[in-house]
Amino acid sequence: MACLPTLPRKYHAASIWLLYALGLVPAAWGFWLGATGRLPGNPVKEFEHLLGLWALRFLIATLAVTPIRDLFAINWVRYRRALGLLAFWYVLMHFLTYMLLDQYLNFSAILVDIAKRPFITIGMAAFVLLIPLALTSNAWSIRRLGMRWVKLHRLVYVIAAAGALHFAMSVKVVGLEPWTYIGLVALLLLYRLARPLIRGGGRGKPRASAFRGQERSA
Amino acid sequence: MSLYRPPRIPASQITPEHCFLARRSFLAAAAGGALLASGMPASAEALKASKSPYAVDEALTPEKDVTSYNNFYEFGMGKGDPIANSEKFKPTPWTVKVDGLVGKPKEFGLEELMALPLEERVYRMRCVEAWSMVIPWIGFPLSALLDKVEPLGDARYVAFETVVRPEEMPGQSGYFQSLPWPYVEGLRLDEARHPLTILSVGVYGKTLPNQNGAPIRLVVPWKYGFKGIKSIVKITLTDKQPPSTWNLAAPNEYGFYANVNPEVDHPRWSQASENRIGEGGFFGANRRPTLPFNGYAEEVAGLYSGMDLRANY
Repeated sequence: MACLPTLPRKYHAASIWLLYALGLVPAAWGFWLGATGRLPGNPVKEFEHLLGLWALRFLIATLAVTPIRDLFAINWVRYRRALGLLAFWYVLMHFLTYMLLDQYLNFSAILVDIAKRPFITIGMAAFVLLIPLALTSNAWSIRRLGMRWVKLHRLVYVIAAAGALHFAMSVKVVGLEPWTYIGLVALLLLYRLARPLIRGGGRGKPRASAFRGQERSA
Repeated sequence: MSLYRPPRIPASQITPEHCFLARRSFLAAAAGGALLASGMPASAEALKASKSPYAVDEALTPEKDVTSYNNFYEFGMGKGDPIANSEKFKPTPWTVKVDGLVGKPKEFGLEELMALPLEERVYRMRCVEAWSMVIPWIGFPLSALLDKVEPLGDARYVAFETVVRPEEMPGQSGYFQSLPWPYVEGLRLDEARHPLTILSVGVYGKTLPNQNGAPIRLVVPWKYGFKGIKSIVKITLTDKQPPSTWNLAAPNEYGFYANVNPEVDHPRWSQASENRIGEGGFFGANRRPTLPFNGYAEEVAGLYSGMDLRANY
């Protein structure tokens, strides 16, 4: 699909930084609303939920980069690291809000929550699994780890599924919104599984091109 | 204060306690009620009510929060949905049909109910989602209404039903329905007759806003908020435990009793503490320990003596 004008190379780096900046706007906006008493009802929960939702959105966006390139020939691989890291920052902020503003560092309550509440256990597991991915999201790690990097970063599918599940399990009635996220994650997962069949040949073996963009953008 | 001791006195013969407690305010409120009966309020009109001794000594939750942050799934699943989507709802004219195991079944006009002596009760409200408020309800004891229909001796439970009006309640129409309608709830008859149990017709000195369950709703302060069924059209006395909507939706999470109990967790979250809405803001700690029976243990614990509250959650 050539209908999309190609961004000149000299703007690539700047566009990535712009994405980081724009990506953090919802968190900053929500924090400002909360801090100035403009979030209704239960402001801490509102902010916590906003952060969780954006984390899920960035995870889904990260996973959508490859299918978009495959199906529409739009190459946004250079943005994938920023999207993934934004997801990580949002999950981290989501967790910190829960720990600091919601639970007020009541560690016994937090530990009991993590151990006893399946939806919190799942959310926590997703957060922990994201940490190695965030730590290795740099050119040096990609070079050092080689194919192991690709395998490690496949965890993002598990993390996205856990994230969507965490959301669905946290609500009293699974309405349209959680179903939408479950559906999107399922679709992206299915695409990933079916990709070798669709594209033929490769038998699901990751190819260097899958992450070449990441390295270049560093 | 324990009102419940077997063997049971026939339900219809119990004198409502508020008659003893507040005879003077009873008369004053009756005068106010008579005034109201002459012309029914359409929405949020001032209501006269006597101050009830049942008033917790805690800061009131701001009116803005009480009327803009709540659950009323008939108008949508978000906390802001009830206020956003309830504009079209018409709370008048209204009738409440009371039937079942009663000597005198009757369909009451709202005017008649509003003419009952109204009291302002400042109650804690604890949502099952671990947040809470302090709300100045205006209403009358449910027992006052039950007295009028004379429950029969074999009546053991009271069943309640919310109105179904998909054209006025967006949550009741469309492809995705969060719950089966009508919303139904139930109480044991002794719970229903407890002086703390009221039918509310107002809040914050005015008639109930649509989003809070206009024109008439149940308030049972020692139980989780979802027991407080809104926009009631039917009350039925039965000899069997009536169904309740959330219990049908997720029986392992929401019991028939739903008494506030910090010791019995919701399977997905702790009930040991609660966020007091409107307090603490963004950075202040607004989490406080949840009290057994929402702080009304002295009044109501006797209703459940000998019962396993873990099994009957």
